[in-house]
Amino acid sequence: MLYALKIAARYLTASKAQTALLVLGVAVGVFIFIFMSALIGGLAQFILSRTVGDISHVTIEAEPDDPALLISPAGHVLLVAERGRTRTASLSEAATWLPLIEAVPGVKAVSPQITGAGFLTRGAQVEQVSVTGVEPGRESAILDLEGYMVEGRARLGAGLIVLGRELADDLDLSLNQPLRLQSSEGVTALLTLSGIYETGNGALDGARAFVSLSTARTLFAMPQGVSQIEIKLFDLNAADATALRIRGLTGLDAVPWTDGAEQLMEALSAQAQTGYFLKTFALITIVIGVASALLLSTYRRRPEIGIMRAMGAGRGFVVFVFVTQGALIGLMGGIMGAGLGYLALLPFPPREAFKPGTLPMDITQGSYGLAITLTVIGAILASILPARSAARVDPVTAIGQ
Amino acid sequence: MTALLQVCDLVKTFGTGEAATRVLRGLSLRLDAGEMAALLGPSGSGKSTLLTILGTLMKPTSGQHVMLGQDLIAADDRALTEFRNAHIGFVFQFHNLLPDFTALENVIFPTAVREGRETAPARARGRDLLARMGLAERIHFPATNLSGGQKQRVAVARALMNSPELVLADEPTGNLDRVSAMQVMELIAEINREEGTTFLISTHDDKIASLCRRQIVVGDGMVTG
Repeated sequence: MLYALKIAARYLTASKAQTALLVLGVAVGVFIFIFMSALIGGLAQFILSRTVGDISHVTIEAEPDDPALLISPAGHVLLVAERGRTRTASLSEAATWLPLIEAVPGVKAVSPQITGAGFLTRGAQVEQVSVTGVEPGRESAILDLEGYMVEGRARLGAGLIVLGRELADDLDLSLNQPLRLQSSEGVTALLTLSGIYETGNGALDGARAFVSLSTARTLFAMPQGVSQIEIKLFDLNAADATALRIRGLTGLDAVPWTDGAEQLMEALSAQAQTGYFLKTFALITIVIGVASALLLSTYRRRPEIGIMRAMGAGRGFVVFVFVTQGALIGLMGGIMGAGLGYLALLPFPPREAFKPGTLPMDITQGSYGLAITLTVIGAILASILPARSAARVDPVTAIGQ
Repeated sequence: MTALLQVCDLVKTFGTGEAATRVLRGLSLRLDAGEMAALLGPSGSGKSTLLTILGTLMKPTSGQHVMLGQDLIAADDRALTEFRNAHIGFVFQFHNLLPDFTALENVIFPTAVREGRETAPARARGRDLLARMGLAERIHFPATNLSGGQKQRVAVARALMNSPELVLADEPTGNLDRVSAMQVMELIAEINREEGTTFLISTHDDKIASLCRRQIVVGDGMVTG
């Protein structure tokens, strides 16, 4: 079949302008495919990073004890103890589980936390806050606190507190100023503002305070354990599988971020499907273009096909010549389109540097190999019809033309 | 003499019903190995149809067709293609070379298509044949850059490439001037004489026919002389 390859290549080089136009057409289709892949993929990445990039991908929360019931031998309820509203449930054996969770493949960081509610007081001003106690050294394990710092440092220690810009402004606070934090347990601590962050998220910037885990233990009267363990993954799309794995390993109720994020997932899925449609249309355009060009070529070369058949070329040989032409056009167009796509995406910033207001094009999601492979397959499929038509050429009629 | 091919009671009908046209009407013919025969007859007498059937490019409506002891009526398309490649050469009136190929590439096509690649022995034989046709200086010329006579000589070389037992030539000189026509016919006669290749040459030209040792006249779909 080496000879059929030579003839296919010769036919393509014999009509240089026509072949160049055809390859260019295919390349444009591939370029669109790659551009759409990078845009849709980058957009999804951007949306995910903006929405769930700074949250825990898998969370293990302590389950509160069931309310106690005192039942008489006759079966009557004698006493009902109401579930505590302020008391934080505890994962008392968190220290045991941490090394195990950290060893799970795909886990990037683990942050044991004590969370609860409290009031910040400065002079006559009082603000309700959500308090998160994290281990010193793990301040940026889940939320990139260090990255969002606008003043001071994210370092947490005994007697230190880090607040959002909005909250600091509301309390008219500046760095190193003292303030009081009273927890829902009624414990009050005098703390010093060591840093101010700004994430752009109002819920965080206006109502979240970070303290060290030891400070939180005092505030929420939790000498042992933690109230939750937050886990960050390298691949947030692996949250469901990793949560299952952690659940299987520890028996703890590990919840992936996707639970309760159905709307976001649906939106991303709809966006991905739009991308599939656009890419499919690009591929269909390629297939139609290649098929029509090769059909024309088949028609133009009917006398030559007749001569070949008369000289002893079988139908399979003729089919191979035209299918090979399709494959070569697909390969050349695919490589050229992929190259153009890559060059066009080069000026865009990498995904780590996506900024609001710019097109979030992710050069790594161009699907270059897939685009070339699908184009070659598409071009081969597109050439089957013309090739079969060529193989059916009656040599007697064709030579007489 | 050994019979190279034999056809008996060949009938070929084109179309059906009232539009049916019977071109061959029970034609019988025997060609012996080494013959050089001219096929004569007026236009529409069935000469080209007969050549097409003898060349296995078309099957008759009925009749027998045996060549080299093989029944070619029963053979399928694949078998006929292989048989044609190995045993039959063609020379057409309009040379019918592959325009995007050089003279040498055209000549070695029948061997290359059989072997799946252009081998060195095939190239050597192609060069020899072209040299014999007086085209040693033209082997790498694109087919489109050759004159009419040169193209027809390339076509003769191509027909001989696989050393076929039978070469069918349909008006091989019909499109050439007198000098070129005689050159081509002299080459054909020389090959027939030296290599024993059988030639069946369809022609309207009595002078060309006179160069052949046998004249077969076809009229009204049958051999009449």
